[in-house]
Amino acid sequence: MTVGERVPVELDIDGPSAPPRANGELVFSEPWESRVFGVTVALYERGAFPWDEFRDELVAAIGRWERESPDSSDYRYYECWLEALQSLLARHRIVGPDQLTDRVSVLRARPAGHDHHHIDEPES
Amino acid sequence: MTADRRPNDYPDAALRAEALESLLVERGLIDPKVVDGLISRYATDVGPMNGAKVVARAWSDPEYKARLLADGTSAIGELGFSGPQGEHIVVLENTPDVHHVVVCTLCSCYPWPVLGLPPDWYKDPAYRARMVREPRTLLAEMGLALDDDVQIKVWDSSSEVRYFVLPERPEGTDDMPEDELATLVTRDAMVGVGRVAEPVE
Repeated sequence: MTVGERVPVELDIDGPSAPPRANGELVFSEPWESRVFGVTVALYERGAFPWDEFRDELVAAIGRWERESPDSSDYRYYECWLEALQSLLARHRIVGPDQLTDRVSVLRARPAGHDHHHIDEPES
Repeated sequence: MTADRRPNDYPDAALRAEALESLLVERGLIDPKVVDGLISRYATDVGPMNGAKVVARAWSDPEYKARLLADGTSAIGELGFSGPQGEHIVVLENTPDVHHVVVCTLCSCYPWPVLGLPPDWYKDPAYRARMVREPRTLLAEMGLALDDDVQIKVWDSSSEVRYFVLPERPEGTDDMPEDELATLVTRDAMVGVGRVAEPVE
């Protein structure tokens, strides 16, 4: 799978390969949620940070959401997760807010209707 | 960045997630294939069936059950299940008198190696708040009516420990082999918001 392609979200829900996690529900509601989950665990497994540090950021992000959003019906757990990862990477000076903003601008400038984008691999 | 300091054009999560991943990949900090593998592992391979096998083994083998209750992580590891969020698993045995239920009030911690990733209701603010405040009422709303003389113990996972409930073995399963027992065990029973139903003849 190349950079930028998305994992397939079509799953065989009822057939023999039905995901065992289920009891009927999917664990990710959108592809980006699975990406940010996988990215976080990959960083943790290569030792970029101890899990406790991520959990502390996650607790803080969920706490902020709960203080700022009186209506719990629009709660998005993986949005808090993403905020936590952003904070942690900024604190470790791995990816700062400005770098993230710049990259978002580049992605936004892609032509509309791009099918799947390919980000150039760095020269090695 | 907190919500109140966000500019109006704060990009949506999908775009920020993509930007973050692309920066990390460029710097060689993550390999997209590793990320793909982790997603596939946690979306399809690791799930409540792991926990169900642990429960069925404990029901079938008293010595295994004793090891499981003494050291959850180690006994679960015997069946080949281990990994992140499984480093300190404490197993709680439900009995006719005591019912255990698990919540994580602060951040939705969950024992991934035995249950996979948490379902939406487990992460929901209402579940996290109410299971501590009014467990009997909430359990009844979730379909588990417990008699008043059953003591309910609520375990909050917000530390290094991850809790895992060993449900009661249902009636009518004395002759059932371990692999069939495993098919009866549900995720809800292993979180403590349900019980394992008797097999349908």
